[in-house]
Amino acid sequence: MHESNTPLIRLAKRDAMPKGQVWAIRGASFLVAIVISALIFLVLGNNPLSAFGTMVAGSLGKPTAIRQTVKIAVPLLGTALAIAPCFKMRFWNIGAEGQITAGAVGASYFALFWADKLPGPVLLIVMALAGAVCGGLWALVPAFFKARWGTNETLFTLMMNYIIIGVVKWLQGGPWEGRPGSQIIPQFDSAAVLPKVLGVHCGWIIVLILTVAMFFYMKYTKQGYEIAVIGESENTARYAGMNVGRIIMRTMFLSGAVAGLMGFVVASGADNTLHSGVAANVGFTAITVAWLAQLNPFAMVGISVLLGVLDKGADTLQTQLNVPASISDIITGIFLFCMLGCEFFINYRLIFRGSHKEVAK
Amino acid sequence: MDINSNAVLLLLMAAVLNGVPLLYGTLGEILSEKAGNLNLGVEGMMFMGGAMGLGAAFYYEAAGGTLGVAAVVLSLLFAFLGGAFGALIYSFLTITLRANQNVTGLALAIFGTGAGQFIGEYMRVTSGGYVAVSNDLKAVFLNSPFPAALQELPVVGPLLFGHSVFLYLGIVLAVGMHLFLHKSRAGLSLRAVGESPATADAAGVNVTRYKYLATVIGGGISSIGGMVYIMTIASCVWNHEALSGEGWLAVALVIFCLWRPLNTIWGSILFGALMILYQRLHLPVIPDELYKILPYVVTVIVLIFTSLRNSKDKQPPHSLGLPYFREER
Amino acid sequence: MNTVHAIELRHITKRFGKVVANDSIDLTIDRGEILSLLGENGSGKTTLMNMLSGIYLPDEGEILSQGKPVTIRSPKDAFTNGIGMIHQHYKLVEVFTAAENIALGLGGKEHERKAVAAQVKAISDKYGFGIDPDKKVYDMSVSEKQTVEIVKVLYRGADILILDEPTAVLTPQETERLFTILRSMKDDGKAIVIITHKLHEVMAISDKVAVLRKGKYIGTVNTAQTSPQKLTEMMVGHAVSLNIDRPQAKYRDLRLEVKGLNCRSGEGLRVLTDVSFQAFGGEILGIAGIAGSGQKELLEAIAGLQKAERGHIFYYPPHPKSDIAGYHVPVDKAGEELVGKTPAMIRKVGVSLAFVPEDRLGMGLVGGMGMVDNMMLKTYRDTPGPLVDRKAPKALAEKLVEELEIVTPGVNAPVRRLSGGNVQKVLVGREIASTPTVLMTAYPVRGLDINSSYTIYRLLNEQKMKGVAVLLVGEDLDVLLELCDRILVLCGGRVSGVLDGRTATKEEVGYCMTHVDRGEEAEANA
Repeated sequence: MHESNTPLIRLAKRDAMPKGQVWAIRGASFLVAIVISALIFLVLGNNPLSAFGTMVAGSLGKPTAIRQTVKIAVPLLGTALAIAPCFKMRFWNIGAEGQITAGAVGASYFALFWADKLPGPVLLIVMALAGAVCGGLWALVPAFFKARWGTNETLFTLMMNYIIIGVVKWLQGGPWEGRPGSQIIPQFDSAAVLPKVLGVHCGWIIVLILTVAMFFYMKYTKQGYEIAVIGESENTARYAGMNVGRIIMRTMFLSGAVAGLMGFVVASGADNTLHSGVAANVGFTAITVAWLAQLNPFAMVGISVLLGVLDKGADTLQTQLNVPASISDIITGIFLFCMLGCEFFINYRLIFRGSHKEVAK
Repeated sequence: MDINSNAVLLLLMAAVLNGVPLLYGTLGEILSEKAGNLNLGVEGMMFMGGAMGLGAAFYYEAAGGTLGVAAVVLSLLFAFLGGAFGALIYSFLTITLRANQNVTGLALAIFGTGAGQFIGEYMRVTSGGYVAVSNDLKAVFLNSPFPAALQELPVVGPLLFGHSVFLYLGIVLAVGMHLFLHKSRAGLSLRAVGESPATADAAGVNVTRYKYLATVIGGGISSIGGMVYIMTIASCVWNHEALSGEGWLAVALVIFCLWRPLNTIWGSILFGALMILYQRLHLPVIPDELYKILPYVVTVIVLIFTSLRNSKDKQPPHSLGLPYFREER
Repeated sequence: MNTVHAIELRHITKRFGKVVANDSIDLTIDRGEILSLLGENGSGKTTLMNMLSGIYLPDEGEILSQGKPVTIRSPKDAFTNGIGMIHQHYKLVEVFTAAENIALGLGGKEHERKAVAAQVKAISDKYGFGIDPDKKVYDMSVSEKQTVEIVKVLYRGADILILDEPTAVLTPQETERLFTILRSMKDDGKAIVIITHKLHEVMAISDKVAVLRKGKYIGTVNTAQTSPQKLTEMMVGHAVSLNIDRPQAKYRDLRLEVKGLNCRSGEGLRVLTDVSFQAFGGEILGIAGIAGSGQKELLEAIAGLQKAERGHIFYYPPHPKSDIAGYHVPVDKAGEELVGKTPAMIRKVGVSLAFVPEDRLGMGLVGGMGMVDNMMLKTYRDTPGPLVDRKAPKALAEKLVEELEIVTPGVNAPVRRLSGGNVQKVLVGREIASTPTVLMTAYPVRGLDINSSYTIYRLLNEQKMKGVAVLLVGEDLDVLLELCDRILVLCGGRVSGVLDGRTATKEEVGYCMTHVDRGEEAEANA
């Protein structure tokens, strides 16, 4: 073949890469992200080494820092778990943000109006249930239309986020407002606050249990099997006698319920109140967590901790080096970009001009 | 002019003011989606555009520039570059590296909102706490470019000639995009890429180049919307609270407008009206905050109705969201 | 003069991962000639031609156009060299008009609507196409779409035309029309390559035949000097008997009775109209018809996947003396109505659908799952409790691997990675393992090599001998006529004839495929 005319680089699909090589590529992507972040610090006039040092120290250096980091990672992990079954089903639920908020609303209702009528543990359980049910119902709306008429779920769930956030804004300045004119919902009664274990609200125990449960659910239950089949092909699922619409709705309810439970955890455990920013973009970030973990619950633990470290670390940067806190979103974005991009090198093989004898692996 | 028609006029004017940022956001996203790239990062790109556009005007003035037109052009340029840069990252990941479009778009939304917010804050901190441009320059951005005589005509004056220059630019852009997509050779190729990249490829169209160009230029156009928002509605002050949600509305508007650039002209004004209806048409029964969710509710209703209809000409580009690899088997 | 070939391929090699799709292939293509590229599925025909059309780049080897070496790195390069390919899956934009599709990707003034229309008309007149430049592709029939594809490449000035399985979706009449056009293009001095695996077409249309086998070039022969038997030997590598067994079953009892069945598609179009017929245990009932005549919908309606608008489907359990294992249901003369039952209920009755859709993995199997998970696709609900039980499916998967000699890296390897024949064995094997009393299958040998096809025929015959009622939708009339006891012909969603497989001729079946009115007469004859 004419050497000069062939393209410089071309692609071929790879069969399967050895595990070690896969992790090497992922590690390399991680390094690339660090290098790019370092460049940004340099541009901003900070020493990258001390910046990273501050971030690590600020997020993992002291027990209090670790607690803060865990606090950030908990809802991220829980929500990524919530999204996993939907994505497995190829149902692009990007409404976790709203489902978290809806769950928080449900839980807050009981925290605000039932705190004196129910004994402590019962109140918390009722709040958790209310959170799950509200989150589930909020997710059920787009699922119903998807199942019935095939309405595009990506955009429907997206819009649902802003609708419920608007509702919370109304509650904040209206019926649930504390001191008139404050636009703030009062703090929960102490009975409605999640107890602490090892210094962090016990939400971390809840999400760890959920991690195992979700792994088990997806892998070993009939419902998990149905979700996997629908994700591969709805036609095949129908052929196998599955009621696709019902399974879509059931899965979305489950997904919304888990996200709603996270809404309860955040409102009760972290914020001790309800506000329109209760989800704080966790719903969106969690999607990237779930995707990068390739829907494996255990991998999600690692990724959400990583993002927690980045977030908390950037927070410390602000207080110590006077870098705006939004640097955390930038760095998170860089890490996400690099991790998203590196999958390409795992799935495809580059063939450079002139190298006809490519490695047959 | 009686009170009622005056109120309607004011409502319309406010609707246009609030609609124009969406007009750009939506047009840019249409261009991208027509090439098959669902870029959910519009929100992030609009943030970047808003911060970059504000920065361009601010530093231009700080450097002693006085020419209003130059400031507008610089703002447009830098806003465009901000969004184009974001879209370039997205394009590289989804087109060259074939990453999932939904997830990459969300990552861009996170990155872009962070970057925009960072630039906004950084400017505020470095300039001593307050970023603002002079009132004269604000007026250049906000006021109509037409002579006063035209603007003062009864009713039609403000209605046709009373808006910021960005409306007129936006309309030109929408018409231009319509002509490009439906009348030009390159537009035909672009649509073919979004419908069926394999077909376009087999016909000799350079799929990668079209996808890159459409997404990057589209991202630039979208981000101009963020700049317009900051420079007109937010009166040239960085305000991320106000800007948040605009990008998502633009994504929704694309569907509302059925991927047609001409529809965006009235569609964005309608959405603009929905956004400010609570200020102009106050109903005691419905609280303001609930009014504000109207645009989202309307989008949901439109989504449902489009899914009920089954018209082949009113569907999203057929390969929207899918990666393309020629040697796929 | 005669030494310069239009196209010459030298030592072309192409690999996909570990698979060598083309192994050092030499081939020449000449003007004024129709060359058939013959080979079984998976022999590398399409891959080879895709390297001429700029879809793939060869890993090794050389392409010469007019005797000069060229590199074809994109479809555009292919057009520059005068090469145009009509792919098996048409590459047309559905929402565009014919003219828009034809002009797509071209520069210059030719894009102007009138100029396009004029030139399209000139091409149409020359070769006798009739196409409406302003018609949207989604409103076109398959044959119209193919015409647009051909005009598209001619419009681009191609004088080397490559057609990939061009007759797969055409009626016999449409095929004849296409062949006439191809001959007139040949007389016009164009070089034409047809990729096919249908021997009778090779014999009918081509001047020369080049044969590929498992990625290797076997040789080129003049059509006039060869025979289907010889070509088959070249394709398969050894002598094959082309005869298919048709044993006589011990019992033949009424199993299914379809009465006045009417169905509409999801878009509300009528897909089945007043379909009535009977199917018997101990026979293979072939279902013939041109693609899209309602075959798929008929099977789906019986399986409960397609809602019946009107009509009945009665099921009669097998005779107690029949050999179907596990079934000792007393004869119930009334018959059980299947219309209105869910697919799961119908499956419990014993009606099994081994549907093989166009892309093979679309419906019957889950491509990304292993054999084990695919085994339990229909039975996973039958175990108690909320958890899936993978023990029985695993045992079944292992049994099938052994009995049907399925080649797989493991029972948990995604079935997508298996070859076509093995995928087919997995699917049919699973359906047979559920001891059905009615076995429905569509295009079970599509894309299979000859040996795998015969394995499938043998499996179907075994089921028939056990007393199962086999319904077989097929596309190759020669096979249906050799294998089936009776053949039901569908035309436009109606039954146009029920013919005896032992006496009917191909012409009779072909006639019924396009003529519904003769239906009653044919039925009376049967």
